[in-house]
Amino acid sequence: MLKIRNLHSGYGNLRVLKGVSLHVNAGEIVTIIGGNGSGKSTLLRTAAGIVAAQEGEILFNGKDISYAAPEKIVGAGCSLVPEGRMIFDTMTVRENLVLGAYARIRSARLKDMEAELAVIYSMFSRLREREHQLGGTLSGGEQQMLAIGRALMAQPKLIMLDEPSMGLAPIIVKNIFEEIRKLRDAGNTILLVEQNARAALRIADRGYVIETGQIVMEGTSEELLNNTTCSGRIWGKIIRA
Amino acid sequence: MIYNAKYERMPCEELMQLQIERLQSTLNRVYRNVAFYKDSFDENKIDIGKIRSIGDMRQLPFTTKEDLRKSYPYNMFAVPLRDIVRIHSTTGRTGKPIAIGYTRNDILHWSELVARVLAGAGVTDNDFVQIAFDYNMFTGGFGLHYGAEKIGASVIPSSQSGNVQRQILIMKDYKTTVLLSTPSYALRIAGNLKEMGIHPDELNLKSGLFGAEPWDEATRDRIEERLHLSAFNMYGVNEMMGPGVSGECSEKNGLHINEDHYIVEIIDPLSWEPLPHGVEGELVITTITREGFPLIRYRTGDLSSIIDEACPCGRTTLRMHRVAARSDDMVVINGMNVFPAQVGDVLKKTTGINPRFQIIIDDVEGEDVLELQVEVLENMFDDEIKKLMDLKYGIAAGIERELGVSAKVIFVEQMTMFRTSEGKVKKVIDKR
Repeated sequence: MLKIRNLHSGYGNLRVLKGVSLHVNAGEIVTIIGGNGSGKSTLLRTAAGIVAAQEGEILFNGKDISYAAPEKIVGAGCSLVPEGRMIFDTMTVRENLVLGAYARIRSARLKDMEAELAVIYSMFSRLREREHQLGGTLSGGEQQMLAIGRALMAQPKLIMLDEPSMGLAPIIVKNIFEEIRKLRDAGNTILLVEQNARAALRIADRGYVIETGQIVMEGTSEELLNNTTCSGRIWGKIIRA
Repeated sequence: MIYNAKYERMPCEELMQLQIERLQSTLNRVYRNVAFYKDSFDENKIDIGKIRSIGDMRQLPFTTKEDLRKSYPYNMFAVPLRDIVRIHSTTGRTGKPIAIGYTRNDILHWSELVARVLAGAGVTDNDFVQIAFDYNMFTGGFGLHYGAEKIGASVIPSSQSGNVQRQILIMKDYKTTVLLSTPSYALRIAGNLKEMGIHPDELNLKSGLFGAEPWDEATRDRIEERLHLSAFNMYGVNEMMGPGVSGECSEKNGLHINEDHYIVEIIDPLSWEPLPHGVEGELVITTITREGFPLIRYRTGDLSSIIDEACPCGRTTLRMHRVAARSDDMVVINGMNVFPAQVGDVLKKTTGINPRFQIIIDDVEGEDVLELQVEVLENMFDDEIKKLMDLKYGIAAGIERELGVSAKVIFVEQMTMFRTSEGKVKKVIDKR
């Protein structure tokens, strides 16, 4: 579904990604794990078109989206749930969700919208309860659910999640990851970027370990969990974090 | 049977993506963790971020056996030693040995790769697999054991060392259906069967996988004829974990390479230039999943060529032709690796000079027999028969001690040895 080859990207003169190649097959959860500043988020932002690629290619369902604008990428079916959730605090839960469908607003009729909202609400019942509450008044976990729900409103083929566990209590993290697993089981394809390596690998099918902008390891989740070098050298600090 | 269709029948484009991902992550790891590779890449001004395709691999320097010897024992390991769960080694007969480290994942991959090779030859969980390879520092026994166990076959770890006749009794009594051994050992078993008065039909052998030494189609015919089984070729290299690099399918037309773990190239052994598919040259292998002992463009010394036509068996992987010879003249005699240069060294040590010599290997009743012809030079000649005899025994003893094989030494007159059309004395004549 998603194929990235030799991707170089960064900010101005700062090169963050140095030749990253990876792929995500339909129906998989693939996780990218790595420490602070390893380039995880830059990778997702580049794939989403927010940061411009400097070199390499990103193919989404065979279509080159390396230099496409963010809204075009969302339109193609690739949605990002950004780091820190980035929900609109002063809008209601419902308004946040409706905005998620913005990229396809012309084709989405209001009547259909109700049905789609119902799907999201059935998935996250807390959002229904707080439908008319302002986004800023939700708890961290609820905000994360809202951010995921908003991404789903674009009816994506691929959902990219940037650190969904960030700033959440362990029990909430567990719930969120359980929801992500359910999304996959319902047929969605997920690219999950995480610092919380162990939690991510527990639900992922495969993973890549990124270090200073380069992939240093790839494999099934089982293989990566087996690798004690990972747990010791690369992600010892990550797990403690 | 195809053990892992996902990888063995992977569409070419998907495989290429997988290979480049794995190659890049391997390069990033070795650059960070193995001083040899860091120095070597830096010296050759290689930016690994610029290796964008499998074709770009040509820019990377080779790794040779000599490099591995210099790194003995642990300098080529790419993980801390506490992550190594196994160490195998080469014999070190031709110099310092090479220590080969495996992580837990390496062992899991190894099992999977060998299971694929065995399944390619039709081995299933109903089979009794007798492993007549030694279980020791050599990789053969353990690797095949893991693969056979992974398939779920009943494994009989009979090993190679010890009594051949006992081996045969095990084979007969336990109703072995699959024999794994070197081709020369299979012939030895066949020879002993005859001696013991056991007809091959009294055994239950269905198939056999043979490897660890170069062999040819004539040997396959002899093994099949004498043991009444279907003989398959498998290929491995100690430095590449051991067995599991490639193996034959039911077509018996080339060995399918496990390309999701190994990238193979063929190079001209003299110019080191890459050769196109179909042309014979030295086999060069890069590991792309290995954690403990990753190797980049390792020169195996084995001669082969690549077949890139579709195989009727349905596997999409490249195939390699059987390895029939080596670029360094190495020959395998009764399972022992012998280099002509070693023979030269023994002669130099015992005679004090460098006489011309020729190694003639023949098969007698399934046993490899080595005859060493040494050209007698004027200054070596002695009227005293006793002195000549002493010299002869001295050479034979030296060969046995240094090379681990017994040899019949014969002195011949000058210019009587078999020569090539260019008039050069051929170091090895293999009549097997």
